[in-house]
Amino acid sequence: MSPATWHNPLRDARDKRLARIAGPCALILFGVTGDLARKKLMPAVYDLANRGLLPPGFALVGFARRDWADEDFGKVVYEAVRENARTPFRESVWAQLAAGIRFVPGEFDDDAAFDQLAQVISELDTMRGTGGNHAFYLSVPPRFFPMVCQQLARSGLSQQAPHAWRRVVIEKPFGHDLASARALNSVVEEVFPHDSVFRIDHYLGKETVQNLLALRFANQLFEHISNANYVDHVQITMAEDIGIGGRAGYYDGIGAARDVIQNHLIQLMALTAMEEPVSFEAHDLRAEKEKVLSAVRLPEDLGRACARGQYVAGWQGGQLVKGYREEEGISDSSTTETFAAIKLGVDTRRWAGVPFYLRTGKRLGRRVTEIAVVFKRAPHLPFARTATEELGQNALVIRVQPDEGVTMRFGSKVPGTAMEVRDVTMDFGYGHSFTESSPEAYERLLLDVLVGDPPLFPRHREVELAWEILDPVERFWARHGRPDDYVAGTWGPASADAMMARDGRSWRRP
Amino acid sequence: MIIDLPSTTTAAVNKALIDLRESGGAIALGRVLTLVVVADEEHAEPAIQAANDASREHPCRIIVLVHASARGGARLDAQVRVGGDAGASEVIVLRMFGKLVGHGASVAVPFLLSDAPVVAYWPGEPPAVPAEDPVGAMAQRRITDVAECRTPVAALRDRGMSYRPGDTDLAWSRTTLWRGLLAAALDQPPHERVTAVRVVGGSDSPSTDLLAAWLGLSLRCPVTRVKARAGVGILSVRLVRRSGPIDLDRPDGATATLNAPGQPERRIALPRRTTSESLAEELRRLDPDEVYARVLTKGLARLTGPRPGAAAAEG
Ligand SMILES: NC(=O)c1ccc[n+]([C@@H]2O[C@H](COP(=O)([O-])OP(=O)(O)OC[C@H]3O[C@@H](n4cnc5c(N)ncnc54)[C@H](OP(=O)(O)O)[C@@H]3O)[C@@H](O)[C@H]2O)c1
Repeated sequence: MSPATWHNPLRDARDKRLARIAGPCALILFGVTGDLARKKLMPAVYDLANRGLLPPGFALVGFARRDWADEDFGKVVYEAVRENARTPFRESVWAQLAAGIRFVPGEFDDDAAFDQLAQVISELDTMRGTGGNHAFYLSVPPRFFPMVCQQLARSGLSQQAPHAWRRVVIEKPFGHDLASARALNSVVEEVFPHDSVFRIDHYLGKETVQNLLALRFANQLFEHISNANYVDHVQITMAEDIGIGGRAGYYDGIGAARDVIQNHLIQLMALTAMEEPVSFEAHDLRAEKEKVLSAVRLPEDLGRACARGQYVAGWQGGQLVKGYREEEGISDSSTTETFAAIKLGVDTRRWAGVPFYLRTGKRLGRRVTEIAVVFKRAPHLPFARTATEELGQNALVIRVQPDEGVTMRFGSKVPGTAMEVRDVTMDFGYGHSFTESSPEAYERLLLDVLVGDPPLFPRHREVELAWEILDPVERFWARHGRPDDYVAGTWGPASADAMMARDGRSWRRP
Repeated sequence: MIIDLPSTTTAAVNKALIDLRESGGAIALGRVLTLVVVADEEHAEPAIQAANDASREHPCRIIVLVHASARGGARLDAQVRVGGDAGASEVIVLRMFGKLVGHGASVAVPFLLSDAPVVAYWPGEPPAVPAEDPVGAMAQRRITDVAECRTPVAALRDRGMSYRPGDTDLAWSRTTLWRGLLAAALDQPPHERVTAVRVVGGSDSPSTDLLAAWLGLSLRCPVTRVKARAGVGILSVRLVRRSGPIDLDRPDGATATLNAPGQPERRIALPRRTTSESLAEELRRLDPDEVYARVLTKGLARLTGPRPGAAAAEG
């Protein structure tokens, strides 16, 4: 039977219990000593194995400039798993995983190291049966992508073969503006075909973000009011309480807008604003996201529609913390913003006139990510004015993290004699309803890479569209002085509040 | 927290539940279903444990109807568990004595969550026709566990005779990982027809029967079910193809090997599933399981034992 007409008789659409298990494969991890690998990737590999979703004979190969043997790397993985895995530790699962762990020492410019890597991988293909299917996860700073990709090409590792796949996984930042994003992309796509490139935006792996699609497109309750007739505006917030920690080298010169708005917030906005996709297949989903992103407009007067800030020393959650310019490795004349807020419009019939406010920052009041859809006031209130003084606008809030869930805010009568209406909230807590055992974003995304399921990965065009939105703002900021100060532990600079006040609105306290 | 309410009424228990919520907010929010467990004293506590674990994935109200003793006057003893003692759920244990024993459904009704699905679970011997049992009739989904019955093989046959949409059995969820691995193995080339199947498992293992029946139905080929010592669960599956067999073996109940022609042996951890894992899988979907229905009502009948004289060598 030819592969095109072959249908696996054990797979039946009605059989909803059968999990997607990756076919035979090896995961090759660059940057195994990094934060991401230790905290997220290696634990996610174990959790997948523990859930029975990795194939028999799965292999994990680490590459780093360390003088390690396989066992040393095995110990590093073991520690990362014990410390950060989500599911309980099972000796038998670990033993099988450990048997497939290999390590190759070397620098990225070392041809011999990559030849050895190729050797190790081909041995795994024959000895553990990884079948020539290889995923290369580049958990290293993007400036090394060109070198690593060229090495993969030179050593033949990226060579596509019939009946086998070679995929590459890359992490943000995808460039720092449109031009650099294109350059980076061409480096990667020179070596890997575009449908073998998996760009991670870990927000898209989160259950709540996928639930956004369910909320919108599986229900009758919300979709018909998700438009300019009923919605006043939308606020999308990603706030962190931490500072830049040890990541000065990465962060300085990049700033909050490039680090967070360009990818996470614009992706969340696309999912909130897009039309219903024909299906949830990668092609259809991405088509709708691209359509809505191409309709995003920046306001004419950027000075009035954006705000940026930089934290200065202050008390945060009971601790005195340093200001940004006092952080290690940051010059005291740095103009990098640690807070950014922008107002965007969407030129479609559905959203014309509804502003989308995006904001992000470090050292803010608390760690929270949410999408708040704020509704217009009822056109007529048949109550005495005094009865509704405390009634705000209805809101539908999707809490992305922490405490994932959905909150609805609406008016309710205050118990007692007089008619008095006040805001109340109704909560759906994902944490209460399905989770505790809901998978980490990286688990979902890693599995999708190994299975070859691309809907949750942004395509290069989406990356470009996001830069097209952000580039004018960055250019504007580059020409206009420095960010406004805000005290660590607060909700950003006064200019961010002023930006909302000009529109007669205010930020939610998330 | 555990609150005991001896010799009580359902109204008093309901009042205690409301008081608990108002005073401490101790009761879980956003519960997605009511799980009614019907058990004798012996099966009750392990079932509660399994349900508590499963509730971390599916927060629910768990109502446990315990047939305590048919002797003496009709009496209801209740116990409410919330917070740390109840996983992400609240547990209401209702012990029935005397004449009350035959009327468990009437005791459960006041506690069903409004507008939420009801799942019934019999961790021990189930009623003859679960869907016609008063508790089963209230439920969208009825979970039995033939492996816990006195004669599992006969019990499995009974499940087939009394099957109604919405029935399911933990013996079936215990096959899921095996089924997933076998399906994934067939995803790989060469994409040849499977011409025969051989499944080995404990003589008392209903999961082995179901796995074998599923393979026979899906692959439309003869299946031999070989019986091994009781208590060992599923041991091995061989799928015979022209280019050679695919073998999935789990001799020790923990680690499996997968062998295919021209390929190295591959190993994977495949521990036997716990009841709470199986239960959590059952609670994931509440619509009738059509595949199970076909396997139970059509597939099992097609199984044959090994031909006399034809030992393990075939294929
Ligand atoms: N951590 C996060 O939360 C996060 C968030 C978003 C995106 N990302 C992205 O994820 C990737 C990894 O992040 P990370 O936080 O894990 O970074 P990291 O902690 O800085 O680790 C970077 C890794 O790259 C290796 N590396 C750096 N320079 C090297 C060189 N010249 N030769 C060989 N190896 C070199 C490091 O190895 P050595 O130990 O030998 O230096 C380390 O293993 C990056 O692409 C980053 O942009 C991370």
